[in-house]
Amino acid sequence: MTVATPPKSAEANLYTASQWQLMWWRFSRHRVAVVSMILLVFAYGAALFAEFVSPHDPNRFSSSWVLAPPMRLHFTRPDGSFSLRPFVYGLTSARDEETLAMVVVPDETQVHPIRFWVKGDPYTLWGQFDSDLHLFGIDVWAEQPLFLLGADDLGRDLFSRIMYGARISLSIGLLGVGFSLLFGVVLGGISGYYGGLIDVIIQRIIELLRSLPTIPLWLTLVVILPPHWSALRVYFGITLILSLIGWTGMARVVRGRFLALREEDFIMAARLANAPQMRIIMRHMVPSFTSHLIAQMTLAVPGMILGETALSFLGLGLQPPVVSWGVLLQGAQNLRSVVLAPWLLLPGLFVVAVILAFNFAGDGLRDAADPYAI
Amino acid sequence: MWKFLLQRLLLFIPTFLVISVITFVLIQAPPGDYINSYATQLEASGEEASEALLLALRKRYGLDQPVYIQYVKWLWGIFTRLDFGHSMQWNRPVGDLIWDRLAWTVLISFLTIIFTWILAFPIGIYSATHQYSGFDYSFTFLGFVGAGIPDFLLALVLMWLGFAFFGLDMGGLFSEAFRDAPWSWAKFVDMLKHLWVPVVVLSVSSTAGLIRTMRANLLDELRKPYVITARSKGMTEWHLVLKYPVRVALNPFISSIAYVLPQLVSGTTIISIVLSLPTTGPIQIRSLMSQDMYLAGSIFLLLASLTILGTFISDILLAVVDPRIRLE
Repeated sequence: MTVATPPKSAEANLYTASQWQLMWWRFSRHRVAVVSMILLVFAYGAALFAEFVSPHDPNRFSSSWVLAPPMRLHFTRPDGSFSLRPFVYGLTSARDEETLAMVVVPDETQVHPIRFWVKGDPYTLWGQFDSDLHLFGIDVWAEQPLFLLGADDLGRDLFSRIMYGARISLSIGLLGVGFSLLFGVVLGGISGYYGGLIDVIIQRIIELLRSLPTIPLWLTLVVILPPHWSALRVYFGITLILSLIGWTGMARVVRGRFLALREEDFIMAARLANAPQMRIIMRHMVPSFTSHLIAQMTLAVPGMILGETALSFLGLGLQPPVVSWGVLLQGAQNLRSVVLAPWLLLPGLFVVAVILAFNFAGDGLRDAADPYAI
Repeated sequence: MWKFLLQRLLLFIPTFLVISVITFVLIQAPPGDYINSYATQLEASGEEASEALLLALRKRYGLDQPVYIQYVKWLWGIFTRLDFGHSMQWNRPVGDLIWDRLAWTVLISFLTIIFTWILAFPIGIYSATHQYSGFDYSFTFLGFVGAGIPDFLLALVLMWLGFAFFGLDMGGLFSEAFRDAPWSWAKFVDMLKHLWVPVVVLSVSSTAGLIRTMRANLLDELRKPYVITARSKGMTEWHLVLKYPVRVALNPFISSIAYVLPQLVSGTTIISIVLSLPTTGPIQIRSLMSQDMYLAGSIFLLLASLTILGTFISDILLAVVDPRIRLE
């Protein structure tokens, strides 16, 4: 025998929905935030599968393609007919009539259609899977590389390098926020829960750290990293240095929430019911500020990415051959190279896009974090 | 008021000491000391670095003493003689190298704060009084974009656009003709023609932030009962808004010195490289790359003191403007 359940109205749905469900509803109303979130998923997906998404090996260099300009995607053939499959023109070297320097120019006699799932430079995905399959590329990849976003001063494909660079730049953002979260929750929690002298000391330290100019501090700290360290250790070192300032924001949120929650009725009820302290913290307090913490974390990622980019741009962060967006922007450090090859600024466009996406998504999450507010 | 001032001043001293300790640790952290590097330098240039000479040098610079004595001596030198130590790369006292560069950093940061205020004040008021208008939305959007663009990238793009489309060289602070010329009216005008670039670039992100704070604070104030009272008495809207809520919402402008100044000093460091400005930025990077730690450390110490001084000044101004803070 089945019991007929009354059909739920939309309103009843609202009253019985869980906290996370309410948050999701509120977040999904914020259109820009949703679009940003999707963009971020794509960006991290591309970083994860950089070998597959990029058409070339990021370190494949060639003197014949030095500073090759970005190839334009064409849909109309030279004879005027239309092709749905985009194609690019091959490149050839020519002499600039004014300056007599060798430049790379498109050659309209060579037509290369862009195909999906093509074979190209071999790679090992995540150090595990050998393959030579790429998401897209052109058939003659061996003789004529595909330069969607141009080539750098060693003739390497900028698009592929940006994809590989995303791996470092985007992961430093997440890892740095992870470290910040660790310090922030522990120190902010202690500060907010115990109060008193220890609270004063921690708050003074936070104030001090926040009043220091970040880039001069980071620069000075980065120099202390031993020069013989491997790239991986330098990467972790830089992430730790970046989160040295980052944790203060997180600690403030945690402390503020702890102070506010301490006075709440349901905490009082739990205390009266003789719940142990650890249970009150973990079961009652932490879940009610997790959402705030997630929003704060999302808003903290851009600072980390910007920090790494700035340090590497100045030549004191990650060093080539490691590829990150900041390292790529080093190539655009002086006006001369930017005027000669403006596409070297393109990694910056990716930085801006990711930062904006994080800011918008974080803004939406912050609004959604407290679904019971009006 | 005096008690408050004294309190803040007393807090400033331990803060400075903590920063000086951090700086000294940073100076000492890289392996080897100045004398080691000097010996390598001598050997590289073919001269012989005798043990006796090195020992004498160590004694001369006090490097044979324990670290804490070195620290106290260093700090004493700073306080009594403004002696920040010796730059081994330039072979000159650190003080000689940094004062005019520091002055440029201060000047650029100061002008940027003023410029930020001039921009953010009317825009913030308009956005709050015309909430959800097209103007408000466009500035909210611009604010997000402004906060998302790294300042050094903005400087690069601006320089490129200026050069590619107008044939302008926007780098530096002076044109070729004035670089070594003595100060004159023409040189001053030429400087202003160059100075606006870093000021505009730096003010973009801080203006975006300040507009948001101003808007949020003013919105809170506008909903308060005293505004309704004033309105019901028949005050004109503009007079009313400017006289009461704006005055209360002005606090973030003053406290912005405290949190915008570190940002600006930080930003000046990096865009000075791009725009080749004679601030502390380029010299700090160069000294860090060659591990010239006294120079690098002193620059950090001075910049950090500068921003902490900013916090101090904003605290005092806040107390002057807002009796609630003063009487707390």
